[in-house]
Amino acid sequence: MVFIENLYRVLSDKIYYAFIKEDRFMYLVNGWSISVQLTLFAAILGIFIGMFIAIAKITGKPPFAQIADWYVSIIRGTPAVVQLTIIYFIILADVNLPKTVIASIAFGINSGAYVSEIIRSGIQAVDKGQTEAGRSLGLSYSQTMRHVIIPQAVKNILPALGNEFIILLKETSISGYIALDDLTRGGTLIRSVTYDSMTPLLTVAYIYFLMTAMLSALLAKFERRLRSSD
Amino acid sequence: MIKVINLHKYFGDLEVLKGVNNEIKKGEVVCVIGPSGSGKSTFLRCLNLLEVPTRGEVIIGDIALTGNMKDIDKLRRHVGMVFQQFNLFPHMTVIENIMLAPVKVLKKSKEEAAAEALELLGRVGLADKANEYPSRLSGGQKQRVAIARAMAMNPEVMLFDEPTSALDPEMVGEVLEVIKALANEGMTMVIVTHEMGFAREVSDRVLFMDEGIIYEEGTPAQIFSNPQRSRTREFLSKVL
Repeated sequence: MVFIENLYRVLSDKIYYAFIKEDRFMYLVNGWSISVQLTLFAAILGIFIGMFIAIAKITGKPPFAQIADWYVSIIRGTPAVVQLTIIYFIILADVNLPKTVIASIAFGINSGAYVSEIIRSGIQAVDKGQTEAGRSLGLSYSQTMRHVIIPQAVKNILPALGNEFIILLKETSISGYIALDDLTRGGTLIRSVTYDSMTPLLTVAYIYFLMTAMLSALLAKFERRLRSSD
Repeated sequence: MIKVINLHKYFGDLEVLKGVNNEIKKGEVVCVIGPSGSGKSTFLRCLNLLEVPTRGEVIIGDIALTGNMKDIDKLRRHVGMVFQQFNLFPHMTVIENIMLAPVKVLKKSKEEAAAEALELLGRVGLADKANEYPSRLSGGQKQRVAIARAMAMNPEVMLFDEPTSALDPEMVGEVLEVIKALANEGMTMVIVTHEMGFAREVSDRVLFMDEGIIYEEGTPAQIFSNPQRSRTREFLSKVL
């Protein structure tokens, strides 16, 4: 009994100092909001970039296909932290934009490379006979893409794309490198005032896990709906 | 109707078609036979530019297929194609498969396209399958839908690329019946096939292809009963 009483007291103390005192939980709330914003904008930007890059690669028009190749190679070949800091401290150093916007752009550029590969492989996995059937009926290339290929490619793409967004959400945890107060940095800030690592870090981990679990569930539901024609 | 002049096709260094010449008249049913690898399918696919000829000319109606993309799309509306692997669109129902091109290419209204699609499905004996997805159909049913889909564009020529080769034996008959009915209606057709009995019965003219050229051609009676050249005889002795 004494043990449980002690445990209870220790835990409630820890929680009090980590979150309640001086409204420290606001570090996590504000950080969470930043992390979500970053992920959302970066995902949207990533899809746009990814589509253009994938189309450039598939159609293979000389200058564009080459540029797309370089872009994907460079982004995949360097760490995201390095990309983020290069964009913040060098490329956009003299541009007066909020940090959140700069980080969103950086993560969007990063994600776009991976999304483009996902979209490209999804489109190319659709049987060549489908294109031939579409074209032989007199549909143009873009009509065939829109009505025949893309709807089938989406099914191939969706699981991998969901995975990419989960990775992206977790990747935003490096925003602290440009002094952006995201969820991870919220935990770090609490840790530095309370000298207690366990409570804020485990809480941060749990919040990330909750978010990715919800994302996974959402995607699984969406996938099931798309499988209805099989 | 279709004129093929000195058609050559290379895949890399491999010369698949080595100068094919022929003329197909309106209303004619032409079967193309020959050993595998002889260039039959490539020849057929050159007729609607699914393969772009390396050299030579294909003239359909009064349009010469030279590679102008706008013309190709326009021309393909008049040339229907049926594939060995059916190539139905799996994410659309049977009737949506048939309506897609008339609605998107010919700009027909959905109501009009649906009515025509149902009529075509009736002709291939599948009116009751209109709202099924292709995954629910047998091979023979899929191929009949594919024929209806090609017919929905009101083509002047129909090309068949081994339409029964991917089918279980018991389903070959139902597909051949549909093709025969089309032939009797006067549709111009080019059929690549391994069904010799069918070729003999349905065609006005038979082309025997070997090693990238039309090695021998003639009426079915000539080719099947009295072939003139050695390799034709050799091939037919193996398959008949």
